[in-house]
Amino acid sequence: MRTVIRGGRVIDPAHQIDMVTDVFIADGRIAGIGRPPDGFSVERLIDARERVVCPGLIDLCARLREPGHEHKATIASEARAAAAAGITTLVCPPDTDPVIDEPAVVEWIRRRAEAAGQARVLTLGALTHGLRGERLAEMAALKEAGCVGVGDGGRPIANTRVLRRALEYAATFDLTVFLTPLDPWLGQGLAHEGRVATRMGLSGVPAAAETGVLARDLELIRDLGVRVHFCRLSSARSVELVARARAEGLPVTADVAIHHLHLSEIDLAGFDSRCHVCPPLRGERDRDALRAGLASGALDALCSDHQPHDPDAKQAPFGDTEPGISGLDTLLSLSLHLTRTDALALPAALERLTWGPARILGLDRGHLGIGAPADVCVFDPVREWRVTADHLRSRGQNSPFLGWDLPGRVTQVLLEGRVIYEGGQD
Amino acid sequence: MRDAEFLIEAMAVQLRELLARRGIGEPALVGIHTGGVWVADRLRQRLEVAAPLGKLDISFYRDDFSRIGVNPQVKPSELPFDVDGRHLVLVDDVLYTGRTIRAALNELFDYGRPASVLLAVLVDRGGRELPIEAHVAGSRLELPAGSHIQLTGPEPLQLLLQNTP
Amino acid sequence: MSASDVQLDRQGRLRHFLTVEGLSRRHLIEILDTAESLHGVAERRVKKLPTLHGKTVVNLFFEASTRTRTTFELAAKRLSADVITLNIAQSSAVKGESLLDTLRNIEAMQCDMFVVRHQQSGAAEFIARHVKPHIAVLNAGDGRHAHPTQGMLDAFTIRRHKPDFAKLQVAIVGDILHSRVARSLIHALNILGVAEIRVVAPRTLLPFAVESLGVRVFLDPREGLKDVDVVVMLRLQKERMEGALLPSEPEFFERYGLTEERLALAKPDAIVMHPGPINRGVEIDSRVADGPRSVILEQVTNGIAVRMAIMSITLGNHAHPAGENL
Repeated sequence: MRTVIRGGRVIDPAHQIDMVTDVFIADGRIAGIGRPPDGFSVERLIDARERVVCPGLIDLCARLREPGHEHKATIASEARAAAAAGITTLVCPPDTDPVIDEPAVVEWIRRRAEAAGQARVLTLGALTHGLRGERLAEMAALKEAGCVGVGDGGRPIANTRVLRRALEYAATFDLTVFLTPLDPWLGQGLAHEGRVATRMGLSGVPAAAETGVLARDLELIRDLGVRVHFCRLSSARSVELVARARAEGLPVTADVAIHHLHLSEIDLAGFDSRCHVCPPLRGERDRDALRAGLASGALDALCSDHQPHDPDAKQAPFGDTEPGISGLDTLLSLSLHLTRTDALALPAALERLTWGPARILGLDRGHLGIGAPADVCVFDPVREWRVTADHLRSRGQNSPFLGWDLPGRVTQVLLEGRVIYEGGQD
Repeated sequence: MRDAEFLIEAMAVQLRELLARRGIGEPALVGIHTGGVWVADRLRQRLEVAAPLGKLDISFYRDDFSRIGVNPQVKPSELPFDVDGRHLVLVDDVLYTGRTIRAALNELFDYGRPASVLLAVLVDRGGRELPIEAHVAGSRLELPAGSHIQLTGPEPLQLLLQNTP
Repeated sequence: MSASDVQLDRQGRLRHFLTVEGLSRRHLIEILDTAESLHGVAERRVKKLPTLHGKTVVNLFFEASTRTRTTFELAAKRLSADVITLNIAQSSAVKGESLLDTLRNIEAMQCDMFVVRHQQSGAAEFIARHVKPHIAVLNAGDGRHAHPTQGMLDAFTIRRHKPDFAKLQVAIVGDILHSRVARSLIHALNILGVAEIRVVAPRTLLPFAVESLGVRVFLDPREGLKDVDVVVMLRLQKERMEGALLPSEPEFFERYGLTEERLALAKPDAIVMHPGPINRGVEIDSRVADGPRSVILEQVTNGIAVRMAIMSITLGNHAHPAGENL
């Protein structure tokens, strides 16, 4: 269907476009910006005045809970929630049950996502069989089946020799490796090792649990030529380490979860299990450094680190609850919230949500170049909404942002030219 | 406002006579916190009682705990003598419903089994809800339910009468 | 949303007792004074008060404990309450049942108070947030977070020997890191205005930035014990050796154990405390534990009065005037 999105503020960070103009779409692809291609006849018009038009968001980490934990959420429920939140591409990490360590699981997820017909779901394969950190997974086959990379799925490989070989093997097949830098021993704890944990009597995870492993990994990959993406950095020092490695020419990238930019250890007050996350919420200085790292580009991408839970998973004393925040619904709005200060401009924020992750994944998406797949998000950047359980479309209601007033309502979302979400009038 | 000292003198006269009649030579006085302790202290001096003064705080024995909880100014009860077989004089400032005395008697019996207990009060204002009467009273009056009588002290001891409309 | 919001009612009175942190001096003094008036009950012919007659207290112990459970039971019984103790740690019937389900089931038995011990920090607060409003919750120890009745009985014991808190120097020695007792005592003593609180331990047994709790850190007991009025020794769990926090019990005793020689560094009239149960020859020498300066057994006795005080205050604050039905 030939569509024109008329009169919106078009922000395409990949091409440094930020102007009020029209976007023309034909055959599921971007056909023109500002000017229609020859012979374009409009079949559908989307009025985008007072709205922002940008590439559909790409979320580098969303647990969809399927297969394995369908009582928490399903691919269909979460892909629908993603679409309504302006996210057109979701990356599912390999820690499903069964683990994504063989092509059949990749294929199964792909089919479930297609049937849902909402946001696109991409998968990361496991680095090791069963994510157990012992034997290598069949990475070449996983790549062939469609995995956009391989990773540890949040379960870091303790054995350095296995890790190094996994990196070498991945490099052989030109696979980007997604690593979670967390020491398996120092990482055992419930909260950031700081004053708050001391006061509350929660076992602490020092920042060194992250930076120590990160520094080691950066040394390990020095001569391997493997592309590594570091997932969910949480401390100020980590931002420095990654920035320095990149300045030295190492092919590394990194992301941060949106909640680490808004919350800190202080939010654990009252043993609020909704703030039980891994890596833990750290100090305010870390939070500020992560914000600065995102603004400077030291951090390439912003993700939801979506982890929907059933109510029981969070209804227990803090240490008995499962970590994670349901984040799809609030990813865009919390990002916009960051741009209210001068620290982060709107185009830069959108870059970390679109072109940034697309580059990490090596995708020809996340931009509005002529001929690119027309994954587009249209939103009202000003209108506020109050985060309530009723507004959360994800099956998981475990959000510490309930009750917050946030800017940004998504009005239309297109996936390859097809409108998969229209709303935001409520 | 009325000076309480002359009422205490009246109590002392009655009590001395009563003790003599009953042949009680060595009584022990037990005051109920707070006003009862003030009165008992003065009676003890006037009667030249040898036994040290006993003090009861009946906060934990009140029958209205589930309505008003524990008094945050609760004081320790002290009975610095053996209660068993002793003749006691329980002293309070105002006798009204009788519930305080019931609570005090319950507490006394948790310390031991006295030979007898006499009740001496500064003012008996009527309005009893329990079968309890004072052996000795400095003054007996019938006050309407809305009025409030209170002893202030310890120096000077004065009775405060308030009529709430 | 802090613990104070949960444990105090709108008039600022204690309705639960979850942590000492955030309470005012007035709250603590009320507890200490009330405990003082209850202290004599144990010496009477009838060691019982009718205060909680007709109330039901449930001890919910998710973590094994003999001493704390017994003193809470005794405290409730001396106040004439009916007491049930559920050792959920050992009860296989509860396995697989969520904490909230367990709670709902026990609530259905018409109880008035839960005394909770749990291995997770914050468990008592979690329960307080979820119980019906007429139920009072007492924290009998949650993870490493708090053991407020122990903190108060320690403060009570100190006050009976050294009434002027403002003049005191108190040293807490041993495993501060894992100690809910230490955390609660530190908060209590700070609120009561103690001149100086010291923690004495090797670095492995000190939590991160422990000074932020309002204490001075001493790695060397020879300095830490100098001229103190009170020495509180903490229990050293055997598991600490396996966690690579300490090399051995003898080495710990050698460096940090309370011996007569080490105690001689403190003021001549210093008292020695320990929350129990003690490990003789690990954190404390028998001659000190059984010596004239030790008030360890007094602590046990005082624990009953302090728990009676806290039970009657919190349940009393759940009281409501007749006619104003909740």
